[in-house]
Amino acid sequence: MSWENMTLDVDGDGIGLLTWDMPGRSMNVLGAGSLKDFGEVIQKVMTDDAIKGLVITSGKPAFIAGADLSEMEGSASGAGAPKSEEERVRGQFESGLKFNMLLRELETCGKPVAAAINGTALGGGLEVCLACHYRVASDNPKTQLGLPEAKVGLLPGGGGTQRLPRLIGCAAALPLIMQGTALNPQKAAKQGIVHKVVPEAELISEAKRWIKEEGDAEQPWDKKGYRIPGGGPYDRGGGITWVMGNAMLRKTTYGNFPAQKYIMRCVYEGVQVPIEAGIRIEQRYFVKLLNDPASRNMIRSLFLSSQELNKLARRPKDIPTTDVKKIGVLGAGMMGAGIAYVSALAGIEVILIDRDQEAADKGKDYSVKLLDKAISKKRQSEEGKAKILELITPTTDYDLLKGSDLIIEAVFEDRAIKADVTAKAEAQIANDAIFGSNTSTLPITGLAEASSRPDNFIGIHFFSPVDRMPLVEIIRGEKTSDAALARSMDYVKKIRKTPIVVNDSRGFYTSRVFGTYVGEGVAMLSEGVTPALIENAGKMTGMPVAPLALNDEVSLELGYHVREQTKKDLGDKYKSGPADTLLEEMVVKRGRKGKKNGKGFYDYPEGGQKRLWPGLSEIIQEADEQPDVDELKKRFLYIQALETARCFEENVLTDVRDADVGAIMGWGFAPYTGGPLSLIDTVGAKTFVEECDRLAQKYGERFLPTPLLREMADKGETFYKRFDPKKAAA
Amino acid sequence: MTDCYIYDAVRTPRGKGKKDGSLHEVTALELATQTLKAIKERNELDTAEVDDVVLGCVSPVNEQGGDIARIAVLNAEYDQSVSGVQVNRFCASGLEAVNTAAAQVMAGQHDMTIGGGVESMSRVPMGADKGSWATDPSIAFKSYFLPQGIGADLIATIDGFSRDDVDAYAMESQKRAKQAWDEGRFEKSVVAVKDINGLTILDNDEHMRPESTMQSLASLKPSFAEQGEFAFDAVAQQRYPEVERLDHVHHAGNSSGIVDGAAAVLLGTKEIGEKLGLKPRARIKSFASIGSEPAIMLTGPSYVTEKALKRAGMAVGDIDLYELNEAFASVVLRFMKVLNIDHDKINVNGGAIAMGHPLGATGAMILGTVLDELERSDKETALTTLCVGAGMGTATIIERV
Repeated sequence: MSWENMTLDVDGDGIGLLTWDMPGRSMNVLGAGSLKDFGEVIQKVMTDDAIKGLVITSGKPAFIAGADLSEMEGSASGAGAPKSEEERVRGQFESGLKFNMLLRELETCGKPVAAAINGTALGGGLEVCLACHYRVASDNPKTQLGLPEAKVGLLPGGGGTQRLPRLIGCAAALPLIMQGTALNPQKAAKQGIVHKVVPEAELISEAKRWIKEEGDAEQPWDKKGYRIPGGGPYDRGGGITWVMGNAMLRKTTYGNFPAQKYIMRCVYEGVQVPIEAGIRIEQRYFVKLLNDPASRNMIRSLFLSSQELNKLARRPKDIPTTDVKKIGVLGAGMMGAGIAYVSALAGIEVILIDRDQEAADKGKDYSVKLLDKAISKKRQSEEGKAKILELITPTTDYDLLKGSDLIIEAVFEDRAIKADVTAKAEAQIANDAIFGSNTSTLPITGLAEASSRPDNFIGIHFFSPVDRMPLVEIIRGEKTSDAALARSMDYVKKIRKTPIVVNDSRGFYTSRVFGTYVGEGVAMLSEGVTPALIENAGKMTGMPVAPLALNDEVSLELGYHVREQTKKDLGDKYKSGPADTLLEEMVVKRGRKGKKNGKGFYDYPEGGQKRLWPGLSEIIQEADEQPDVDELKKRFLYIQALETARCFEENVLTDVRDADVGAIMGWGFAPYTGGPLSLIDTVGAKTFVEECDRLAQKYGERFLPTPLLREMADKGETFYKRFDPKKAAA
Repeated sequence: MTDCYIYDAVRTPRGKGKKDGSLHEVTALELATQTLKAIKERNELDTAEVDDVVLGCVSPVNEQGGDIARIAVLNAEYDQSVSGVQVNRFCASGLEAVNTAAAQVMAGQHDMTIGGGVESMSRVPMGADKGSWATDPSIAFKSYFLPQGIGADLIATIDGFSRDDVDAYAMESQKRAKQAWDEGRFEKSVVAVKDINGLTILDNDEHMRPESTMQSLASLKPSFAEQGEFAFDAVAQQRYPEVERLDHVHHAGNSSGIVDGAAAVLLGTKEIGEKLGLKPRARIKSFASIGSEPAIMLTGPSYVTEKALKRAGMAVGDIDLYELNEAFASVVLRFMKVLNIDHDKINVNGGAIAMGHPLGATGAMILGTVLDELERSDKETALTTLCVGAGMGTATIIERV
């Protein structure tokens, strides 16, 4: 028997084999079409006496990748025009329940159902498996099993928050669901999520064996006397999970992520009642999240937009794809070494050049260290390590660069040195090879002046540490060609990172906006805000590191010099603020240059934790009246969002996806906002502008909104409508 | 409004709240029963004149469950017409019971009532009744739930009380408690717990450690550093973001002791006293309860004191003696600092750091303690107060008659 998206074959023993295989797609997903078919299969199994049991598997390499998030976004924005808000929300609730009742029918159909998990099963895919009575997975270590919804601000809405805790206990299930952790089959078996792991060839036969030999058609939680493993919240020993879990949740999320909070709540409430009530509870929270702008923004930026960028949505279309096979990395310091590593990891030959052999070798050693670490964590093999290391040639000899498709320069931030290595490298490479600079501050157009072919010169800005940071900021200089851009993006795709494309400007996009966060912390300090309050507010905003600590990391001395340079450059136009006096006092008078010299806004006692320097109170009198932490949080978010809007207005940014994905992946901008432009859209341009005006009056002109924002406020526009990337592409 | 008078106050000695504590073998019901019997016997009371018995109890499950007040009334062989009700205002339950019992009199609806409390912490451990606050994510998250000890450490951090400060306070509590016992200042109220043969099981507060020194206290490990490190310090900082780091200064030696005990206070109108030939010892002048910030939890006493004083038309200086439950040293230090109260006027006979804090009973116990002290030192007015879980405070002002 066959449906559009699946087939059902019943063997001689009366065991049905459902093969989920959606036409024209590389992966199976849960959407309206496939669920309709699935429902009919279940009806057939229930009503056909000849069918004794059911095995569910997939005709694709993966089992089921999860729900169709693009369909989900449609339902959140209220497609279908319901009559009232209540009706719309009820519609969401009931459609979610429908899918759940389907799974409930499956697990109570009276016949044994086994999931033969041949590949990755995520989200709704795993939820289908959890509603089966038996789960066997093939032993492919690349298979991922998990409920990743929380990562995009959602929760598993197909019974996952109810069945997983009932299966393995709340203490084990909660971290998996809240962090969206995916496990390989071995780990999933160890956790009790799958019953057995077998070689691929035995997958179906094992599933059928279970049906014939064991075939218990009742879920543990439907059996009489069932008790949840580890106990419920009010059973002996069960409470600690919750008391500690609640605190841990706040510690790790600062209360910024509604999904994790709602996951805790729906597991807590759900495991205290029968599963069908639990499923209703789950669905109520699911719908609540679906309508939360935080989730919608997170789905858009962290899933949809980043996926589009990964597929090179921003690449010039009409230039043929190039396969970057060999690159040269100039400068084997921290960044160069990291770039060499991620490139070799992707199978690219790397010539790693530094001024002396020792420095070049040290750069390669970095890869050795990372690979050894991966081996100790069983993520890499000795053979794999050898293969990767073979690709990296540390040298001082520019001749070896011959035949490179791309050069990435990562030497000291000094124009003269950069000009020197540019000339040396260009002497060796082909005319169409690309020269990329990993500068984080110097404008590309200026650097390109040292190049004999500025049209092939481009900025390729990595983030530190290169092996862990997922973003690459590509900067077009004035003369950079489409071909250079296209090849750089092909390279970024090959090393499996996410590219954003920006136009030239001092600090480009990411460093420029990130700098406003760091600067705002110093501004607050100079206003007399308690240092601890500033730091905690920064973290509570959802930024990964507190602003004063960041100042120390980057070095106060550097910050001081940058300001001095700007002062010189701007002359009379420079507006000196209290932060200047503060930095001068710290660096010049007190010799507190930052973390490197062990003295900055913090003290760094050897072997101890850093503590705020008590002497700060001598330099700045703490204000008697301290601001509310929410005001500080707003300042941190708004100053960055505003600077992002400025970048957009100045054409540094040209795509809303670059702005939002770049901010979250580049410097960890509060992910729950969906990014700085999503934040403005969610607040509404009108409110945002009003608030900025208020902040400008209170704290300084840097908060004054731009003309574009005022215009958008007047017209009630949003960035995502006005600059819709889909329309722009068309 | 009818005036309510205190006619008598009794308490058991406090037994160590562990398996090797002297009162561990005695049921919570029996502890409550013996205080009610003492009230009956000392006052040759016709129990049919008692309208209601209100007992505080914080973990009302198992033997402490099912309205232990009514069961104790029956076990103490009071007239069957006497009703009983158990109340729970966490650590202030004993005082709340007295206030509730007094309110019945003041409202003119009852003539004679008993307020008191009981807690056998060795038999029904703290937290045995569970509850949703720390467990249910909806409220734990919203209210920044912290364990009490973290709240106490947070107070010390914010108000700048050092480890030496809190330890010195603890030393003084031990010293004062020892002197009070040595001089027999508790004799009027303490009734020994006896067995079925009339043999004494315990006649003194056995939790006391008068041999404590600053050095011995300094050697004790902070009790809440570990759970703070795990996650609760971070929660505290999110509620109080001006705090860079929590100072974990509290430990077993400067926090209230875990003990078993019970107490009862006989209350009534002037007329019922005259009818029964009882001499009133003090009048309930005012009482109050408040809610305060729940995460730090333990700052309620200053706010409820201000409220109770206002209701009585009094000022801080009008009170001769303060009695604040020594839940943690920082709670008392903050109270003295905020209200500018001299150490000589507060907890003059020591407190729970030395003698222990039998949760449901303490409020009624220390009300009796301060009444005895008013009489001993011939003073007039006293205010009794306790910090309360989930951020509350309860206080009672009495004056001698």
